[in-house]
Parts: sequence; structure tokens; C-alpha cells
Amino acid sequence: MKRAHLISAAPLALLVAAPAFAQSVAITHAKLVIGDGNGPIDNGTVLIQSGKVVAAGASVAVPAGVRTIDAGGKWVTPGLVVAVTDLGLVDVGAVEESNDSDADKSPFSAALDVSAAINPDDLPIQVSRAGGVTRAAVAPIGTNSIFGGQGAIIDLGADPDAVTVPRAFQYVELGETGARRAGGSRAATYAVLFNALAEAKELTLAPAGPRRDDVLLTRRDAAALIPVVSGKQPLYVHVERASDIRMVLGLKREFPLLQLVIVGAAEGWMVAAELAKSGVPVLATPLTDLPNSFEQLGSTQSNVGRMKAAGVKVSLGDFGDQPRYAPQYAGNLVGLAKVPRASGLTWGQAFAAISSGPAEALGMGERFGSLRPGRAGDVVIWDGDPLEVSSGVTRVFIDGIEQPLSNHQTRLRDRYGSPGEGDLPKAYEW
Amino acid sequence: MGSRFARGAALAVVLAGVCGGAGLAKDKKDNSPAVIAARDFDKNPYPSTYRAYPGVPTALIGATVFDGEGNRIERGTLLLIDGKVSAVGGPDLPVPDGYTRIDATGKFVTPGIIDIHSHLGVYPSPAIEANSDGNEATAPTTPEVWAEHSVWPQDPGFSRAMANGGITTLEILPGSANLMGGRSVVLKNVYSRTVQGMKFPGAPYGLKMACGENPKRVYGSKGRMPSTRMGNFAVDRATWIKAREYRAKRDAGKLETRDLAMETLAGVLDGSILVQNHCYRADEMAQVLDMAREFGYHVSAFHHAVEAYKIGDLLKASDTCAAIWSDWWGFKMEAYDGIPENAGLLYKAGACVVIHSDDENGIQRLNQEAAKAQGDARRIGIDIPDAVVIKWLTLNGAKAIGVDKLTGSLVAGKMGDVVLWNGNPLSVYSRPEKVWVDGALMFDSANRKHRAVSDFELGQPGEGDVK
Repeated sequence: MKRAHLISAAPLALLVAAPAFAQSVAITHAKLVIGDGNGPIDNGTVLIQSGKVVAAGASVAVPAGVRTIDAGGKWVTPGLVVAVTDLGLVDVGAVEESNDSDADKSPFSAALDVSAAINPDDLPIQVSRAGGVTRAAVAPIGTNSIFGGQGAIIDLGADPDAVTVPRAFQYVELGETGARRAGGSRAATYAVLFNALAEAKELTLAPAGPRRDDVLLTRRDAAALIPVVSGKQPLYVHVERASDIRMVLGLKREFPLLQLVIVGAAEGWMVAAELAKSGVPVLATPLTDLPNSFEQLGSTQSNVGRMKAAGVKVSLGDFGDQPRYAPQYAGNLVGLAKVPRASGLTWGQAFAAISSGPAEALGMGERFGSLRPGRAGDVVIWDGDPLEVSSGVTRVFIDGIEQPLSNHQTRLRDRYGSPGEGDLPKAYEW
Repeated sequence: MGSRFARGAALAVVLAGVCGGAGLAKDKKDNSPAVIAARDFDKNPYPSTYRAYPGVPTALIGATVFDGEGNRIERGTLLLIDGKVSAVGGPDLPVPDGYTRIDATGKFVTPGIIDIHSHLGVYPSPAIEANSDGNEATAPTTPEVWAEHSVWPQDPGFSRAMANGGITTLEILPGSANLMGGRSVVLKNVYSRTVQGMKFPGAPYGLKMACGENPKRVYGSKGRMPSTRMGNFAVDRATWIKAREYRAKRDAGKLETRDLAMETLAGVLDGSILVQNHCYRADEMAQVLDMAREFGYHVSAFHHAVEAYKIGDLLKASDTCAAIWSDWWGFKMEAYDGIPENAGLLYKAGACVVIHSDDENGIQRLNQEAAKAQGDARRIGIDIPDAVVIKWLTLNGAKAIGVDKLTGSLVAGKMGDVVLWNGNPLSVYSRPEKVWVDGALMFDSANRKHRAVSDFELGQPGEGDVK
């Protein structure tokens, strides 16, 4: 009952200690997707050496001695990049002890650094990897403040070094959620935000000196916002409502160095021209089409397509707790393009929206997210069109290293290929 | 509008079957006014006022037809008249004069999609406290509450479910905070000013039950029973004992007062109300099946059932469907052993598979969930034809909620609940193009105005937008 194409569950130590040559591989005869917004290339080859893409395209020569995998016409793509996740923070969402995504009783907020909490061995990472997700941003979202803390960028490799960039961005809630946390209104949210950034600025001037006696933030929280006000660390801003998006874009008047990334943006289509003009990347929650709250009355599945058409740097962000759903959501946006009066994406745009797009929003477009030369050797081989729901992942490489795809789920699947118990209980079948 | 008349007549028969005969005992020992009041009450006090909207005789010609019974017809023809399916066949099926002919070449036709686990209306959008009416979480057993008294018929979710998911029939359930959460209601996915105007004529009621984490957490945290899984069973069993006594008294004509809770449970024991049981773990499902035998009722479907694949044989033997997501997993402890091959393994074991949503977004993509499950099955060597997979979204669900004689497949005489898809519905790239309910065209993607806009959305940003 085992999938023939699954690599055996190679002992982890082997993979960790993989010598450099193991990070070189060529995949040939591929239906090759670069992830740059273009459609697939037939009969393509991707060459990875020392963990990085050297070349990918229709006429790529494979040097002698490089391990070659014949994809036999299968789809080969960059690994998926999901820019809003809680990967590594949660084993089981509702099992509080196992869930580090929420810190609403902490005395700290902006200072929280999720990189300390990330568990590279957790099952959601394994399941997401088996779904073709190779890179993710881990966003801290739950504190008692509008600031969630500092997120991290991780890879999903089966090795201990998950964190690629710790303290990669700060996360702030400025819509309904932020208003509740700031004291009950959006006016309170902005008072809290402006004050916090001002306190960070003041601290920049005298990092070790005494502070005013009316500060609201702890020194550590204020210090954590210094890279935000100085434009060294992106600020993820979660907003949905059109008027909230306009407010956020206006923040740059007061704090010109802010590197904004907008998360959510259900009503982004209503302010698409302004978003496009700002150049601010948007990590949209795809397929939201219900007025689930009063800050997203204008929700429509055409949101992403309309923003894209208006020139917004939009890609897909949050897939709930299941980053592996990214291809399904992207595929829906392709399907939407056929619906009268709806706006969707081309296939190439849709795939880019779950690979190079989010990587670029994270400022990591040169590092991973596509198969352009110099990017990480993160490659996925699929058994069909990767955006099609019936397709699946057959092999995954991260930094050129082939990854194990076996996990708790696949082990259960194999055990229960037939439900009946044999001469011994099921517990002996492993 | 002959269809309305025909429907009305058929309806009366069905309703009699469903609501009558609930043991009006012949041997009337006590005919005091109190006893009569407790016995001869109106069994259908909030009757459906739904009537099919006017349709025209319609022929869908040239599509690949999945009939919901597991069959696939290439270049098929489907005829709708008087609100019903009148014929389904291949290219040689003659189209009588007077039919509006729709060229469906290259497109796909399925029965209307059925979601047997929805909280639309009881947990509507916007998801705010004022609208949160799905759990009467004040006592662990509340079989006396009826979901239809919570349904807000202006939930914008109904329109998305049709436009994107092709949903024509749905069962609205109370939530799972309680062991016995109350009666469900089956709706036609057609907006109405009233809930009665949406109620599926002739559908039996369901009883929502729940096992596992939710009831014990909700009540345990209030310092009351149940706080454990054994507490769950003890409360359930004690309640069934009361229900059996009530029913025996009823049958003996000795009831002196009405009891809404017991009326529902007696309906279950009579077989006229179908048990829809939220349950995740295999071991608990097996215990629930024993409990059902202990008290003499049948579990129509386990809902969520993420571990159903471990007991496909038991489910098959008890003729209990597993209403499942394709691959939800890990969000709570009792979902930890969920696997994407659940449907495929159940199919292999010969058990009844239903794909459900439990979600206002998921209900818009049940077809995709089924396709995911099909792909995951295929990768472990279980090949399931498209036409059979469509059954998971149509006839199997209809059976689990007791409307399979009326809808759920494209068979002559059944309701004209039909979706015309712009591609294979098991592809992520396909969407409903047109949807008919009882032969009336209720959604047309090509016609800007032929889509429902709920009261709530009038004058709001995006009113009438594609959604």
C-alpha cells in the first residue's frame, strides 16, 4: 500500500549530514515552471548545484557526474512559499499546551521573537512539506497588544536549522482586532501605534539612556520597533477594510521609512489604484467572498484578480492553518478567470502568487521562490498540474536535498489500507 | 404552473409518511383533555411554504452527465419539465417540441449538490455575536430546540453556496456543544422572506448529536456533567432511557403533558427523525453504534468522522454514512489522526461516503473536496470513477438526510435540481454556469441580475458583485 514514488523514510541523520554533492541534482524532461509568472516550459531541465539553482529552462546542459532525475514529463516547480503561517508554533491548534501561536498573557508584545519557539520537527511542518511547501514566514499574531511580535522566515527541511531569517518582520493588527486590543476603537489603535513608533524613535536617539516617565511600552518592546521605524524590518499590517487600507498607506507620511506589507486586504479591490501607486506588497487572503465582518462587506473572490489587473504587487497570504492548500486557492483564481465578470489570474500569475510573489513580499525574492539562477534549490515534482486539486506531490527538494515525505498521516494510511485486524492487533503493524 | 399543483399533491403524501403515524395508539385508555392534548398535537407546526418557482421546459444537450447514481453519460441529454427531471439519456434521446434547448457541449451536468452539514443561517455572515444562534449551550441535551427557529434566511452565505458550489439542498444543523443539540432542518437553497419558505418539502427532521471533546469541554468547564467521555455516554444513555419510557407511555395513550425534548427523541426511536452524529474518533463511533443498538435507533451518518477509515467495515455493516471533509486535520486532538485518504479507504471498504462542509467557505467547493479525496485515493491505488465520486456530493447525502427519493440524482420524476458546470466539476478550474432548483433557473453566471442578493447586502459595497 505504500506509494511507490515515496522515497523511503531515510534516517534523518543521513539527510542532515548530507555532503555537498548531495545538494547537486538535475531534473530533466520536466514540464518546468520557473515561478516567475510565466507558464510551464515543456521538456525543461533544472540544474541545482551546491544547493542552488544554476540554470532552468528548455536547453540546459547537465554537467557530467551530476545526479539526474528523469521527470518523464511530470510537472516540476519551485517549492511553494507561504507568507502567513503558524508553522512550527503549533502541534494541535486546540491543545493549548502545544500551541505557541498565541501569547495574550505575556507582558511583552513587539519584543516577542517567534524564532525561539519554532519546532522544526512538528507535524504541521512535515505535512506541509509533503504538500510541496518549502518556505514559510511564521507570523505571530496573538498578544494582548496590536503588536504580535517578530516573525521569522523558515525552510521546511527535515533538519534542525529551520530558521532562515529570525526577526524578519513585525506584525501589527490595525483593523477590528487591533481596535479591540487597543482599547475598543480604531482611534485607540492609531494612538497606540503612533505612540509606539514614537517611543521607538526616541529610543533610537538614546538607546541606553533614561526614558520619559510616561512611556507605555516596555523598553524591550520599544527597542523591537526600532528596526521598523528605521525601515530595516518590514511591518506586516493586517487590515481588511478599504478605509483601513487607506489609513495604512497614509502612515508613510508620518513614518516615511516604514516598509509596509499589507496582510488580508479583503476590500483591496476598492482601493486598488492607491495600492498599486504605493508599491506596497499585499498578501491577500484568497477566495474570501462573504461579509464575514463589517470590515469586509465588499469581499469578493475577484479581489486578487482585480488588484493584479490594477498593478498591485499582490500574492496569496493566509490559508488558515493549512499552507498546503495554497495550490488549490491559486487554482481557483485561474478558474475564476473563466467566470463572466469575475477577475482571476493566469496560470503563471497564480503559481507566482504562491512562490516568487510571497518571496518578494518577504524581501527574499533573490533567495528563493523561483527557479531563476541563484535561488535556493527548492524543487517539487508533481504527479499532475500542481494547481489541480486531484494532483499530488511526488518528490520535494530543499536546498537541493531530497526530503522525506513520510509522516504520521502516511503511516496511518499505510496501516489502515484495510481496516480489519489480523493475527496480531494493528498496533503491531508498523 | 401545473408543477405547483403536482408538487403539492406529492408533498401531502410525503408529509403524511414523515409526520403522521408517530404512534397514535389505537388502544386509547384515557381520553381526558390533557392526554388528548399531549397526544394529538400538530406534528408539523411550522410547515414548509416553499413552492417551486416557475420554470420552462428545458433540454440540456450534449453535456457529460453524471447522474448522481454513479453513471456517466457522454453527450447526454437531460430534460426538465414541470419542476422535475423527465428524462435523461444519450445523444439519441429525442427533445420534444416546446423545450428551451441549451447547448451544453463540452460542459458537465450533475444533480444539485447537497451539503448535509451546514450552519448557514444559524451561524451566518457576518459572524457576530448578535447572529450566533447555532448552539443552545446551556444544557448538555437540548433535543427540544429546532435549528429552523435560529435560521436567518438572509444569510449571504446561501447565495455563494449556489453560485460557486452548485448547492441546491442543505441540512442546517445545530452546533456540537451539546450531546443532543436539537433538530436539524433541511432547506432548499432558495432565498425566502421566511424560513418556512426555504424548508424542503417532505424532508424528515434530523437530530444533531455529538460525542467527544466538545460536550465534555463545554459542560466540564462549567463544573457540570459531562466532563469526560464516559460522562458523555452516561448522559446520553440516561436520556435515551427517559425517551423510551416516554414513548412507551405515548404508545399506551398515557401522556398527560407535552415534552418537546421527548417528542424529538421519540421521533428518533420511531425512525422518523434521523440521527446526524458529530463524532471524530473511530473508537467512539463504535461505542455510539452500540448505544444505538442498546436503545433501538439508527445513526444515519457520522459527521466529520476523521477516523472513519479505521472502521469502514463497521460503518458498512450498520449502514451508517461517514460525512467527512476531504483532509481537515490536526486542529484539535480528536482530529489528529485525520488523513486525506479517509474517503478512498471508506469507499474501498464499501461504506457510504458523503463529503460535507461544516463551513461557509467549504460549502462553495464541495466538488473540489471530493476531487482531492479522489486524487489521494488514486495515489494509493484506489481508482474511483468521476461519476461515483459525484455520488458523494449528491445521492449519498440525500440518503443520509432522507430525501433520496425526491432529489440527489437525475432520474425521471425526481426534483429538477441540476447544475450545469463549465467544465468537469472535479477540476479546480470549473464553476457552476447555471443552477436549477425544481426546474427553475435560480443562478445564471451569464446574466448579471440572475443571482440572489440577500437583504443584508443591498446598498453595501459590492452589492450584486460576482462573489
